[in-house]
Amino acid sequence: MGCIENLKYEMILPLGASFKECREYSEKNFKEVWYVDPGYKLFDEYIIGLPPIALGIEDGKKIIFPYTKPCHGTYLLRIEDVDEVERVRKTARKKK
Amino acid sequence: MTTLPAQPKKALIVLGCPEAPAQQALAFHVAHNLKTRGTDVLIAGNPSVLNLLKVSDPQRHYIADTMVLEKCIAEVVEQKRDCDLCVVFAHNDAAIAYAATMRHLLPERRLVVIVFGKDPGPLAAEINFPCEKIVTKAVHNPMQLKAKINEVFGWAVSRT
Repeated sequence: MGCIENLKYEMILPLGASFKECREYSEKNFKEVWYVDPGYKLFDEYIIGLPPIALGIEDGKKIIFPYTKPCHGTYLLRIEDVDEVERVRKTARKKK
Repeated sequence: MTTLPAQPKKALIVLGCPEAPAQQALAFHVAHNLKTRGTDVLIAGNPSVLNLLKVSDPQRHYIADTMVLEKCIAEVVEQKRDCDLCVVFAHNDAAIAYAATMRHLLPERRLVVIVFGKDPGPLAAEINFPCEKIVTKAVHNPMQLKAKINEVFGWAVSRT
């Protein structure tokens, strides 16, 4: 991973999770869910995926998001960052 | 007489994980055919897949420019890079996510997704965005997929 690898993250779903599984997990397990398109910048990296990409917010300070790598599939990661949570709330969209 | 399709000026080939050997041979095949027809070709992938290509083609007969995938995505997002044709090789779920990303970022461009591997059917079924799909079981032997690629690109008479 790039910059995100250097952050303190928790891996929620094991390696090799499908993108669809990550989206369904976020929608099912987090009350606050926001949606973005591929190319959305999060933690200074462009997010990859099938739109819409679901971002979960937990406890108002943690973001749950998919992070895709060519050989491993998609990781579902959790990172605590209040400022990034606020930016997501201002720039992402709620489900239609 | 068959009319060949218009040649793209710039093509972007997005490669997936190099664990399926057919990908490398077919990446050379696609890049070489485009290059010999006058298309500028950029190949994007992770460092491993790019190093495989560079070591296999040290004098760059088949490939030209290469770029790490993350940087390529960033340049497309930031509108510093464009292409007329994008070809994505996909043999896992991650590669479909990259293909969907390219579709979103390049909505008006020709997108061809080459779905292969041991069981490409379910993977191809995940594609719910507009693109041309070439779907064939291929892990080690590239020949059947090569024939389909030639057909789609109008290279059917090619002996390369």
